[in-house]
This record gives sequence, C-alpha cells and structure tokens, in this order.
Amino acid sequence: MNIVELPTPNDWRRSICRLEDAAIVKAKTVNLPANTIAIGNLSVQYRTVEALRQIDCQIHSGRLTGIIGPNGAGKSTLLKAMLGLIPVTTGTVLFNDRPLMAQRERIAYVPQRSQIDWSYPATVWDVVMMGRVKKTGWLQRFSAISRQLATNALERVGMSAYRDRPIGQLSGGQQQRVFLARAIAQEAEIFCFDEPFAGIDQKTQAAIFNIFRELADSGKTVLVVNHDLGESIAHFDDLILLNTELIAAGSRQQVLSQENLYRAYDGKVMFFAEAA
Amino acid sequence: MNNFIEPLYYGFMQRSLAIAILVGLLCAVVGSYLMVQRLALLGDAISHSVLPGLAIAFVLGANIFIGAFIAGVLSTMAIAWIKTRSPIKEDAAMGIVFSAFFALGITLITLVQKDNKIDLNHFLFGNILSVTPAEVRDIGIIALVVLVVVLLLFKELLFYTFDPLGAQAVGLPTNLLNFGLMLLIALTIVASLKAVGVVLVLSLLITPGATAYLLVKRLHQVMILGAGIGIFSSIAGMYLSYFYNLPSGPAIVLVVSSLFVLALLFSPTQGIFTHSQPTFSSPLWWQELKEIVRGKA
Repeated sequence: MNIVELPTPNDWRRSICRLEDAAIVKAKTVNLPANTIAIGNLSVQYRTVEALRQIDCQIHSGRLTGIIGPNGAGKSTLLKAMLGLIPVTTGTVLFNDRPLMAQRERIAYVPQRSQIDWSYPATVWDVVMMGRVKKTGWLQRFSAISRQLATNALERVGMSAYRDRPIGQLSGGQQQRVFLARAIAQEAEIFCFDEPFAGIDQKTQAAIFNIFRELADSGKTVLVVNHDLGESIAHFDDLILLNTELIAAGSRQQVLSQENLYRAYDGKVMFFAEAA
Repeated sequence: MNNFIEPLYYGFMQRSLAIAILVGLLCAVVGSYLMVQRLALLGDAISHSVLPGLAIAFVLGANIFIGAFIAGVLSTMAIAWIKTRSPIKEDAAMGIVFSAFFALGITLITLVQKDNKIDLNHFLFGNILSVTPAEVRDIGIIALVVLVVVLLLFKELLFYTFDPLGAQAVGLPTNLLNFGLMLLIALTIVASLKAVGVVLVLSLLITPGATAYLLVKRLHQVMILGAGIGIFSSIAGMYLSYFYNLPSGPAIVLVVSSLFVLALLFSPTQGIFTHSQPTFSSPLWWQELKEIVRGKA
C-alpha cells in the first residue's frame, strides 16, 4: 500500500491532480489481483469536522461490496471521496495501479434519490440516455448502438413499458430501477450506488440485488452504500465497516463479528451515554 | 388586422419586431435552464448587476453590451467567490452582490445622465421601440451564438443540470459547463435589456418556461413551447407599447404573466380548474388559528 502525504491546499482540485502525479511516481507494484480498487490513507475533513480518518482498504472486482456503518459514519463520504466528488485532505485511490480519477469513464455513479429533483422535465428514456453522454462525446449525436444499449438496459430492469413516462410520475422503486438502467447503459466496470434501497419495497430490493449479483458475476465491481443492517446484508460478499475510521474490511463473515459491530455501533452509544 | 400590419411599414417597428422575436426565443430557451436548476434568483441577480457595466461603457464610449456583459459575469464570479470562501449561503450572497451592483449602477447613471442624453428608465424598464440597426445586429449575433451553443451542448447540459454529481462522476467538466451556462445567461440578459430592461428581464427568462412546464414534460419541449410563448408575448407587448405609449418591459411582462395564469388554471394535466386535487375547505393557517383560539377559550 502506498501512502502519499500532502499539504492541505485551498484548491482541492489542484491537490487531486498532484495526488495523481505523486501516486504514479510513488506507486509500488503491490501484488493485487487485476481490477482491484486500492484506497490508501484516505482522509476527508469538512471545514472543522473530521469525516473520514486514514481509510485503507481494497475493493475487488467480481464481488458485491457493501459499505456499512452507523449514521454519520462517512459511508456516502467514502464513496464520493473515492470518485473525486468531494475534496479529500490526503489519500490515493488506484484502480489497476493507476489513479481512478484518470479512468472516470469506467465509473457509473448513482446518487441518493433524495439528491435528485424528480420534478425535472425529463422522461425515463432521457435519464437512461444520460448514461451514453460521455461515451458519445462532444458535438456528437447518440448512435444507434447507444439507443440499443439503453433499450436493453431498460428491458433488463423491467422498465421498458415506462420509456416515455415523465420521471416525476414514477414510484421510488421505479426511479431507482431507471437509475440502475442508466448505469448499465453506460457499460461501466465500476458501479457505485449511494443508498439505493432507501424507501424501496422488498420486491424491488430483491430484483435490484439480482441485477447487482449478475453484474458482479460478470466480473464488474459493485459497491453499495447500505444503511440497513437487516436481512439485506446477506446479499453482500464483502463489507467495509466504517465509523469515521475503518473498523473492518473483508468478507462478510469476517467483518460481521461481534467485536467489530461493537466497535462500530456500541462504542457510539457509549459515547453518547458518557456525554449525557 | 390592418392596424397591426400598418405600423410595420416603419423601420423602427421592423427592428422592434426583430428584437421581440429574438429576445422571446432566447430568454425562453436559456431561462429553462434557470428554472430546472431552481436558480431563478440568479437570473434576477445577474440582470440587476449589469447596470454599472452599462453606465461605465456609456461614459467610455464603448459598446454598452460588452460593458453590461462584463459586469454580469463579474457579479456571478463575486457570488461564487463569497459562497466558496465563506459560510454565507448562495441566496444571501446573491442578495448582497446584486443590490450592491444595482446601487452602483443607479448612482453612476444618475451622475452621467445629465451630460449625456440617456434615460435611466429605458435601462430599467426597456424601450423596444427605440432600438438602432446596430443593436439589432448585436442582438442577432448574441442570439445566434447562444442558440448554437445550447444546441451543440444539449445532452451534456441536460445531464449536468439534472444530476450534477452523476455527470461529474463520469468525468464531464461540470465546473466548465456551469461557467458556460452562466455566460449564456449573462449574454441573454444583455441581449434582452433593450426590450424589457434590467428589472423585468427575469419574467421573460422564467415565465415562458414555467408556463410550458405546466403543459409538456421534456426539457426540449419546454424550451420550444416556451419560445413560442416568449415570442408571442414580446410581439404583443411591443404593439401595446406602440399603441398605448407604454414602457415595453411592463407591457411584455403583463402579457406573459397572463398566459402563465391561463396555463395554471387550465393545463390539461395540472390545471387548478381542470385537474382536481384534494383541497381543504379553508386555508391551513386559518384552521390552525381557529384551533389555537378554541384551545385558549
């Protein structure tokens, strides 16, 4: 694992660029399996609040990985920081020993549904075609192949009949499936979902997990921020358990030990009890 | 009918008609982006902020469009700077910046208007009947540039304005797209000054798109129908201004606002009269007030 320490410049975008350069120079060939995301020493600070402290972990392709932890543990923050969507204070994120930020076209990111304005004047088709924007390129029109990929993706999530429906008329589960179709249409290698199951019914949740499983089985990386610690947790192969710092990462069985959960959840309860 | 054709024999009316069409079209298309991003206040902020640029350009003898454009862009940069470098929220930053720019503009114009023959009211409320051939040419160029850019970047701007994080994650240059959008908005406002003036240009930016939004459901449809509504309103306002000697800005705004009210009441899918929704017999605040009074009694 290579660790790059950086000053904290005001302009974080510049810092990310320098981070990439430093990472390339310093990257030691660690023996990681192909298509592994390696997160090294990742820290995030929001003004004065520490959101993530020196996270080190790996995410493997072909596996369904969940990011879990209590409220405010930094689950969404880890996802966003990995993808360069928020400023990081230190850290590297590599994919195949190259900075992930230099390979953004491989990433499909689905934000929390609550971050989207669902009254936006767009149809289901418009949203799925957004998955083809980057591949299509500037000044180009969508190709027949792109339209075919979008059609197939809609079929795969069972939303073909809703193609021309305004997105504001969909249920929460349907909205989530449309976003899943957009990610599939993008032909990405790394799929990142931020709390896809918030406010979703059991049936849709099962259908979405089936597609996650298919994606993982076809060698993709599937990374899901999951709030729920209930039955749904059994669907994941690997877990990353967070509470500002990394509590545990690895296979589900390893991570879900009494001791780890106690450190992630009970510790916090004790903290509140002490404060009271 | 003759009453409407006859004025068009005058050169100044032909120019006004050209401006009405260009401005109606341009404002509706660009304003749709403001509406879907919930940035209506930003449109208002930029339009008020162009005033000092106008005044300075006038004193220097430069093209007033260029002066106005520079002031408009400076104001958006000032707003963004305050927002990122301080805990002040964006809407507060807009309020601070645009009122300061507006005050500076009013002061400058008041100082120079005695020596130069300019009328502050024309900048504030528009005077579509006084456009010069050079202004028609400038506005035509602006309209062409803005519409071509919107057409070429349509899919990227749709993705960015709908889901900025998703667009950033796949590697679209979202900061550049945002800045480009601000430039388009500033250009559109500058082009619309003659017709509606700085105080009312917001109406022509937001209302046509909002009216269309009540009737159709995709962004390009909102833009096209909005453009029709904007063009119709501008032309109608121009005639009202000609026949009744009204300032053109208020006349145009009254027409477009009336169309909005019609759509609000009678839209087939969301009209208040045509689409019944569960309503309460009296306003909620009135019910609460009664409960409080009853509780006390």
